[in-house]
Amino acid sequence: MSTQIRPAPVKRSIFVHAPQAHAFEVFTDGIGLWWPKTHAIGDAELDKPVIEPREGGRWYQRGVDGSECDIGKVLAWNPPSRLLLAWQLDPDWNFNADLVTEVEVTFMPEGNGTRVDLEHRYLERMGDRAEEMAEKVGSPGGWTAVLQLYSEASEK
Amino acid sequence: MTNAARLISALADPTRRAVLEKLKDGPRPVGEIARGLPVTRPAVSQHLKVLKDAGLVADRSVGTRRIYYIDPRGLGAMRAWLDQFWEAALDAFKLAAEAEAKKTNKKEGE
Repeated sequence: MSTQIRPAPVKRSIFVHAPQAHAFEVFTDGIGLWWPKTHAIGDAELDKPVIEPREGGRWYQRGVDGSECDIGKVLAWNPPSRLLLAWQLDPDWNFNADLVTEVEVTFMPEGNGTRVDLEHRYLERMGDRAEEMAEKVGSPGGWTAVLQLYSEASEK
Repeated sequence: MTNAARLISALADPTRRAVLEKLKDGPRPVGEIARGLPVTRPAVSQHLKVLKDAGLVADRSVGTRRIYYIDPRGLGAMRAWLDQFWEAALDAFKLAAEAEAKKTNKKEGE
């Protein structure tokens, strides 16, 4: 079927009562302070996520057992105003080197604090992958895949 | 609700599954979807809304009519999930950044 959906980017803004450079630092170096603990990838319990502070740096999660799981990488490193990350997790929360969605975060001084704008874009690329997977299991239009998901989940 | 939970709850209702079945062979307006189903047209619209929120169907306007079709990739649900994820993450980030900023201020004031 040719009817495809191109989802709008996810956009979120928040105002932080902290200086711009500080906000950038807590977002990057301090990511372990705020990253939701419930979203660990891999089998090991999450210790903390790490963003390597340079363009081309890795973005990964470290498990309590010392194991590492990639989330993506740093595409642009412009402290204290901008960070561009590649989010390379598929809808099943598995790292996929061929999948690149972008998370752009900007930090703008505003009043007595900082406005932080986040945009997660190119989500349709996750759909391309989902569609490929659906084709591999021979389910046209993803319809069979949806029903399969439903029956698997309801059996649990 | 998680992505999977939303999908399951959307598909748990037999009428909603019947509505999806009707869209299997291509886009349809509400009237055509409601035909042959043992529920009212407003009820069908309500079911379509739930399916849309779950990212299972999408709609578009054709003239004065609204046409519904299956989202072949479930991206709506994925997007809804990420939206929720970033909202929670940024709230936690704000708390962390402001707590750290307070610590720094205290040190400087001493």
